[in-house]
Amino acid sequence: MDSDPKGDGLRVGVFVCDCGLNIAGTVDTQAVTDYAATLPDVVCAIRNRYTCADPGQNEIKKAIAEHRLNRVVIASCTPLQHEPTFRTCVAEAGLNRYLMEMANLREQCSWVHPSDMEGATRKAKDLVAGAVARARNLQPHDDLSVPVTKRALVIGGGIAGMEAALELADSGHQVVLVEKEASIGGIMAQLDKTYPTMDCSI
Amino acid sequence: MNVSGYIGNFTAEIRRKARYVDPEACTACAECAQVCPVVKPDEYQMGLSSRKAIYIPYPQAVPSSYILNMEDCLGTNPIACGKCAEVCEPDCINYDDRDIIVKRDVGAVIVAIGADVYDPTEMDEYGYTRFDNVITSMEFERLICAGGPTLGHFVRPSDHERPKRIGFIQCVGSRNPSIGRPYCSNICCMNTIKDTLLLADHYPDVECTVFYQDIRAFGKSFEDMFQRSKEAGTRYIRGIPGDIEEDTETGNLTLIAENTTSGKIERHEFDMVILSVGVGPPKDLAKISSLLTLSKTSDGFFMESHPKLKPVDAPTRGVFFSGFCESPKDIKDSVCQAGAAASRAGALLNAGQVHIEAITSVIDADACKKCGVCASVCPYGAITWKKGEVAVVIDAACAGCGNCGAACKFDAITMRHFTDAQYMAQIRAILAEDPQDKVFVFACNWCSYSGADMAGISRMQYPASNRIVRTMCSARVSEDMVLEAFRCGAPVVLVSGCHYADCHYITANRQTVQRVQRLWNKLEKAGVRPERLQLEWISAAEGQKFAKVMAQMEELRKTVTEEEIEYTIEALKPKPRKPKKEKEAAAVAG
Ligand SMILES: Cc1cc2nc3c(=O)[nH]c(=O)nc-3n(C[C@H](O)[C@H](O)[C@H](O)COP(=O)(O)OP(=O)(O)OC[C@H]3O[C@@H](n4cnc5c(N)ncnc54)[C@H](O)[C@@H]3O)c2cc1C
Ligand code: SF4
Ligand code: SF4
Ligand code: SF4
Repeated sequence: MDSDPKGDGLRVGVFVCDCGLNIAGTVDTQAVTDYAATLPDVVCAIRNRYTCADPGQNEIKKAIAEHRLNRVVIASCTPLQHEPTFRTCVAEAGLNRYLMEMANLREQCSWVHPSDMEGATRKAKDLVAGAVARARNLQPHDDLSVPVTKRALVIGGGIAGMEAALELADSGHQVVLVEKEASIGGIMAQLDKTYPTMDCSI
Repeated sequence: MNVSGYIGNFTAEIRRKARYVDPEACTACAECAQVCPVVKPDEYQMGLSSRKAIYIPYPQAVPSSYILNMEDCLGTNPIACGKCAEVCEPDCINYDDRDIIVKRDVGAVIVAIGADVYDPTEMDEYGYTRFDNVITSMEFERLICAGGPTLGHFVRPSDHERPKRIGFIQCVGSRNPSIGRPYCSNICCMNTIKDTLLLADHYPDVECTVFYQDIRAFGKSFEDMFQRSKEAGTRYIRGIPGDIEEDTETGNLTLIAENTTSGKIERHEFDMVILSVGVGPPKDLAKISSLLTLSKTSDGFFMESHPKLKPVDAPTRGVFFSGFCESPKDIKDSVCQAGAAASRAGALLNAGQVHIEAITSVIDADACKKCGVCASVCPYGAITWKKGEVAVVIDAACAGCGNCGAACKFDAITMRHFTDAQYMAQIRAILAEDPQDKVFVFACNWCSYSGADMAGISRMQYPASNRIVRTMCSARVSEDMVLEAFRCGAPVVLVSGCHYADCHYITANRQTVQRVQRLWNKLEKAGVRPERLQLEWISAAEGQKFAKVMAQMEELRKTVTEEEIEYTIEALKPKPRKPKKEKEAAAVAG
């Protein structure tokens, strides 16, 4: 896959998220955006109120088309939350999913340095600089696609395992239920009456 | 049991234990148990009655079949007794039955291994093992049950009399950091309320008193039950007893407790005391964890992928949690979670295909020097190598930890999406300006980076001097990445990852330790203070620890002088590379 099909060299777009006041309350997001615009190969730097919301995502897609972006940096929250969201977003705009990089300004800056706006902003700038540097080196990749064996294993035959196994079986899947004791049932089978209904457990 | 593989493509090897009784043929007629001479405590009845060596766990057991416990049997080789087989009409007893291993390919795994009920023996102040009439709430269940050892006649163990004054102690084995169980077990308040209602229903003259810290009756219709219990005459006293004394003559028990409402030390006498025991992580948690590369939260239960948004997904894709093993919960919540886990697993099975992230390792066959180091460090056995041959990665088996990439001395391995070039560029950019002010942190995706997130979510504050770079595993951090950070002027570098036994990539972080140790030696040799490179294990749940470590790193940073940094940059400058031929010869010789 070609990361630069149009041959126009690296074109990085940076999107800095306010996250309402979650980030902008502590980090000077405008200063971060202005700083981002000065970084190598950055051709557009845009500040959003909520980058993950539809208007924010639409702005990214628009910028990808308008500025012929081939790398995207999103400076917002933790990638553990929204990396899949933004990967899908850039993919919808025709960019390979792996050409998107995030900088974590919320969990790592604003939320943990609320009394140090200057320090938080400096840190945010560095994280964006790091993300842009990394983005300039990103390569497109294809996810591997593998077939799924249509059978489930349930380990433990208490109420939680039995219910899950039955539910899967009811929806037409083969299930292997493994219980280490001689009978399924777990703790519940040892109970007499159970709250809140006060009826028998078995 | 053994499980290998990855999302959509696991292989489970399951030991089907010998039952010695054919469950299909057994009619559960009980003839065999009647003739069996062996008498053993009945586990199902909490040892309050006995069973034989051949027995059915309980009348409603599934499969509805007897089972022979070989450890209890008098012997089958040679046959020492053989009575049961003689009387079994359908002829379903087979002394030669053996465990067999069955193999099953599966696409998804649901872990529902439950919890262990707390054994209060260690809390000697309650005399659980010393006083007959102190029992646990689990034993209570058997004593009040019509199918129990006393056929539901509620009597106390010492004299088989029906107790009138009954004391309940809450939070036994829960909310008690001194025994390593700081969490609330969720079910024991409601269970005690249930017990008081059952007692009041069976025996209107019974007097129940409950000693508690807080009553947690937050679920639907729970408050109503709590009020009914009070209306039925149950006394609730806020304060957990510190001690129990037994009257050896009567077997009666006196609880000594500070009533925290009145502030007075009180003594209360009871005929019987019930310890409302909590639950803890299941015994097999560590075993299942290592099979499926799972982790646990600080309470010892399994860690979910996200506490709010992915509550039934394990961090390992294709694995889901259901029930007690993820956290203590009641039946309703277990059923809800079972449904959620089944639906998540079902969606995966229905999809038929699954995408695996392209973050695998790639070996450049031309650059590979056939040393085999990568194959030896791969925790997944995902690299095949034979002496004298180029190493090859099995794409689908590679989990993408990056350990091999960091280990290859010949730059023959590229980690897709986490390449050396990407990291080097990132390190240089972050340290481009005023590096002396910055603590450089490598944090692994699954634990330490998540721990930093947890610090954020919990709004913990720490100094803003650190700059965090994410690696999938701490084992991805190569020597060169650390040295590069120092060369760029970082006063302090921290490598952080999952706790030693909890590595998301099985054992990869053992290589982290070795690599950091080698680096410490290198730094020392180069005249650089080794403590400027730090190694910390921070789990995803340890936001507080992350914040604390960041503060410590900042203190350490302040001790590093400009001169030290300047010296370091000079001392760690890469030696001019040997010409290629010479280097190759050295490698062959080495
Ligand atoms: C004293 C007490 C009273 C309670 N009363 C009530 C009540 O009145 N109402 C209510 O709603 N809830 C009550 N609960 C809670 C209820 O018991 C739990 O919600 C329920 O048992 C959870 O089910 P589970 O399947 O997750 O776990 P478990 O019941 O513990 O079942 C786990 C199963 O997994 C099996 N297993 C473990 N390890 C392995 C392995 N390695 N391989 C294969 N199998 C394995 C075990 O043998 C067991 O069968 C009570 C709990 C206790 C302790
Ligand atoms: S549910 Fe009640 S008794 Fe159980 S640990 Fe929590 S507070 Fe204590
Ligand atoms: S460690 Fe590097 S050189 Fe050695 S076998 Fe593996 S890829 Fe080849
Ligand atoms: S060491 Fe890690 S990255 Fe390398 S092949 Fe094994 S699983 Fe993949």
